Amino acid sequence: MEKDKLLEEMRTAVIEGEIEEGEALARQALEAGFDPLECIESGFVAGINKVGALYEEGDMFLPELVAAGEVMKEALAVLEPELLKSKQSRTILGKVIIGSVAHDIHDIGKDIVASMLTASGFEVHNLGIDVPCDTFVARVRELKPDILGMSALLTTTMPEQRNVIEILEEEGLRKGVKVMVGGAPVNKEWAEAIGADGFAEDAVEAVKVAKSLVGGQ
Amino acid sequence: MKQRKFQPPCSKLTFKVLSERDIVKIHEAALEVMEEAGVRFPSSRALDVLEEAGCSVNRETMVAKLPSDLVIKTLRQAPTRFLLAGRDSKDDLWIDDRTSHLSTDGCAVDVYDINTGKLRRSKKQDIVNACKLADYLPEISYIWGPPVSAQDIPAHIRPLHEIEASMNGTTMHIQPETVITHEIAHFALEMAAVVAGGKEKLRRRPLFSYMQCATDPLGQDGGSLDASMVAAEWGIPTGFMPMPMSCATAPATLAGNLVVTTVDAVSPLVLMQLVNPGTPVYFAAAPTAIDIKTGGYTGGGPEDFLLAAAFSEICHFYQIPLAVGGFATGAKLPDWQAAVDNSFAGLMPVLTNTSIINGAGTLNGSKIFSLQALIMDAEIYSIIAKTSQGIEVNDDTLAVDLIKKVGPGGNFLADKHTRKCMRDIWQPVVYDRKPYGQWEESGRRGAFEEATELARWVIENHEVEPLEEGVKKEFAAIIKRADQELGK
Repeated sequence: MEKDKLLEEMRTAVIEGEIEEGEALARQALEAGFDPLECIESGFVAGINKVGALYEEGDMFLPELVAAGEVMKEALAVLEPELLKSKQSRTILGKVIIGSVAHDIHDIGKDIVASMLTASGFEVHNLGIDVPCDTFVARVRELKPDILGMSALLTTTMPEQRNVIEILEEEGLRKGVKVMVGGAPVNKEWAEAIGADGFAEDAVEAVKVAKSLVGGQ
Repeated sequence: MKQRKFQPPCSKLTFKVLSERDIVKIHEAALEVMEEAGVRFPSSRALDVLEEAGCSVNRETMVAKLPSDLVIKTLRQAPTRFLLAGRDSKDDLWIDDRTSHLSTDGCAVDVYDINTGKLRRSKKQDIVNACKLADYLPEISYIWGPPVSAQDIPAHIRPLHEIEASMNGTTMHIQPETVITHEIAHFALEMAAVVAGGKEKLRRRPLFSYMQCATDPLGQDGGSLDASMVAAEWGIPTGFMPMPMSCATAPATLAGNLVVTTVDAVSPLVLMQLVNPGTPVYFAAAPTAIDIKTGGYTGGGPEDFLLAAAFSEICHFYQIPLAVGGFATGAKLPDWQAAVDNSFAGLMPVLTNTSIINGAGTLNGSKIFSLQALIMDAEIYSIIAKTSQGIEVNDDTLAVDLIKKVGPGGNFLADKHTRKCMRDIWQPVVYDRKPYGQWEESGRRGAFEEATELARWVIENHEVEPLEEGVKKEFAAIIKRADQELGK
């Protein structure tokens, strides 16, 4: 297949949220010997940008953004190893670790944020739910993310966000990472009180805040 | 101020969302899902019980597949009518599947301060005030909640303080939703037993019931399951509240949402009946759809109204009482949007004879509590209750002789028939019906201002029978013990 046509199909796969199609196109591109970086940037990322624009215009909705993020994630899983082999790297906005804090089993909101961040060009490591404080700290030490995102839905689990920040502080890791917090009972005052760098009430805002946090670094 | 009378509505109007055939289809779909996909029960004790009863259990994923015949058998064991007792027996509620009771909402994290009008974090005293106002308002039947979270209390003993604060504010029945671990459940029930006068008396007069949240789709929460198994042993009623959100934790289609709601409400009931056959378990539900723009919880809108009424019809099919989430408007103030949301969200369940409507008094999708909103929600409910009575047509109400007697151009004002029957006409508490000029002169006082004044008056003047000194001491001792055991 011609490269331009393939890139066009990649963009369409993202816009239409066709995960398997996107993955297949990525493999096809590699088999044909196309540059993986070009596929990512002119294919998938271009599709993501289109989805973002349509969302802003009110023609697309959050489930479509999430699906676009999923297409992107699967395509990257195929293309990134090849990219690394050729010692190239794609432009990523930043590396994010995200998870729901200890004793908190709520995942949907946090997962939406993770997908949206992926779709927006962040490298996202989703640690899941009920993530112990030590795990957050260990992964921050290991992956050196730009942003750590913590979600809590209950007033009883909210203090865990503060615990993690305090331990990061004690371990000397706090300065190297921006911390974002979210979840139903979390508000701006709480975020400020525990010394978080960012807070958002929904996924769209979370992306904006994440972008501004890495931009400011 | 004179105490008003209020009869919880038992709607005489009829209204239907689903046909009988639709209900059977949803029931069968739910059975198929429970048997083939199964439900996640993240509690080893729960899985033991289910496995023993013949469910196929996967210990790794903690998913149990429930055979349809087991589901149907256990559904029959759950009582169709049960008591939610008050600390004072005048507040007792017999929950059946006809009469509709309104409760407060739980569990907000912010309040509009009644004195400053400003938004701030909720504290223990806010629970006492909210309960006191609910105790005063005849439209509110019991306390679901606590109405707000006692965030000035350390998290590990917070649920116990919330129960104490609720009991300080009212003699009505209390249904906490924050008792979500095995350990806390024991302490909470000890507190209830102290008030009831022992474990056996508590079983006969449950001053307490539990409400647990499901983890949709097709899942329950481990701590909540453990807490409710403790409740089942004590004979304490428990409800499980699925809250599937179409597009996120349920299919976008409302029928699909109802399948998930049914599975997540019915499956814990199966477990509870296995633990203690005949234990009162009620259904609870707050099915909704996400805001497709932001992914957020909406707290209102036509999907919620339809889902609530439809699930109520499904619960009548099972003959098990339902507590449905309503009055949970997403509006930030008790404004036009709040009134629209809460009018529909109250009317639909009343017209479908839903047993319990949870949710008066909050804004911003149950995150903000407002005393004024509680009063205004109660007023909406009194309008709904009156409306649901319909119109009685008989010789006396037709009043044909009277109409003939008054004749063309006359009036009915001072007639005996008018004076006899006029008190059936609905009377507002905070609704503004002043003439324009008087409204101007009053400084443009509307319902909100009236509600503010009433709330202040109630907090200042309404007296609730206090807990006995002995009970208070025992509460303090239980909480101290809990603090030592759980605060490590």
